[in-house]
Amino acid sequence: MQNNANMNQVSRARRIAWIRQGLAALSVMALTVILGWTVWTLPPFSDRMPSLVAANLSNSGVENPVTAVLLNFRGYDTLLEIGVLLLAAVGVLSLAPKSDRSAETAPAQIQILLLRLLPFIVIVAAYLLWVGKYAPGGAFQAGAVLAAGGVLLVTSAVRLNHIAVKSIPIGLSIGLLTFLAVALATMISGRNFLQYPLPWAGALILAIEAAATISIAVILTILFIGRKPDGG
Amino acid sequence: MNSFLLYALVGIVLLGMGLYRLVMDPHLVKKILALNISGAGVFLFLVAVADRIPGAAPDPVPHAMVLTGIVVGVSATAVALSLACRIKENNGTTELSKNEPE
Amino acid sequence: MESLLSLNDIVFDGLLALGLLVLAGSLLRSPDLFKAIVLFISFGLIMSLAWVRLKAVDIALAEAAIGAGLTGALFLAALSRIGRGRRKDESKEDRRPLSEEK
Repeated sequence: MQNNANMNQVSRARRIAWIRQGLAALSVMALTVILGWTVWTLPPFSDRMPSLVAANLSNSGVENPVTAVLLNFRGYDTLLEIGVLLLAAVGVLSLAPKSDRSAETAPAQIQILLLRLLPFIVIVAAYLLWVGKYAPGGAFQAGAVLAAGGVLLVTSAVRLNHIAVKSIPIGLSIGLLTFLAVALATMISGRNFLQYPLPWAGALILAIEAAATISIAVILTILFIGRKPDGG
Repeated sequence: MNSFLLYALVGIVLLGMGLYRLVMDPHLVKKILALNISGAGVFLFLVAVADRIPGAAPDPVPHAMVLTGIVVGVSATAVALSLACRIKENNGTTELSKNEPE
Repeated sequence: MESLLSLNDIVFDGLLALGLLVLAGSLLRSPDLFKAIVLFISFGLIMSLAWVRLKAVDIALAEAAIGAGLTGALFLAALSRIGRGRRKDESKEDRRPLSEEK
């Protein structure tokens, strides 16, 4: 009798699991079909955005349309995005485990790799930052490459010295602060928020991107470390 | 079939696959992986739709949006993984329970 | 359908799309987390090629660095903290006295 009741319960649980699976699969397939049908019947013309961007590109201070959109036409989005990055770093730091890892030594190959690669990483990052004005590139790509160097530093168990640890909060916030400073300066000088004066637009964008590169690199490295790095 | 249509459909299918695994798999890190796949699918869809006019340059506004999206995605993944590690340290497991309510 | 696709386009785009779908499918279904994360990193790299095909080179650069590289590194770091995988050293176990063995 007990066996019978157990078997009924097991088969009922199995049926419920099968129904759940079927329901999930059906809704996902319905979503896929609806979106696919929408894409299939898209009209082959687009709205005015690309022509607007192309027409105003000479007023933006840069020649790469993606950088112009990112840093000038929709600069407010990028400002908030750097803020979100900083928030994520704060979140990860506050969720960090309390246990302190004893200093692990890295195998010698990683340290050799670090020594050979780090100069190239810095040069490539500087190039990506600079070329963002004319060709694909910019702050995010440069910051990500620098963060790769940071990850290499962390995995080769390099001990940071006193000055480096003290400058981590500065590095985390300098991108957002520079962006905000430029925005407030444009407001104080009488223009709208983040409306760059035309002869200075290129230089201002480069300054914002440089600070953002440093910030993005430090934030992404902190995200990888997962806790505040301890230094000697 | 245009080349943009192929990528847009692939993006939609990736979104669907990721959503299904997000809902059905009990392990937290698998859920985060599935969420990343869904996000990649959505970005693919957006950029494919930006490129749908043959012969013209692609629309740079969705490019900027997807760039922002990738960076925000990695931030969210980092916080989610931190949370998952904390859950593992507090509860001892990262699998959500499969029990049906009785 | 105004634009005529050359054979190169069809084959290359088709292979990229197939690669994306197969990688995503096998990574979402794999029960081993380490294998899933490695497949995720390769998925990100193939995605980079797809971005280049869609004329979004900025996104390709960012995806290769952030999406594939850094997210993969984040997942691997989280995997080592959670304790699943091939680790066998004891010093990681007694850091978490409240967790049970997986």
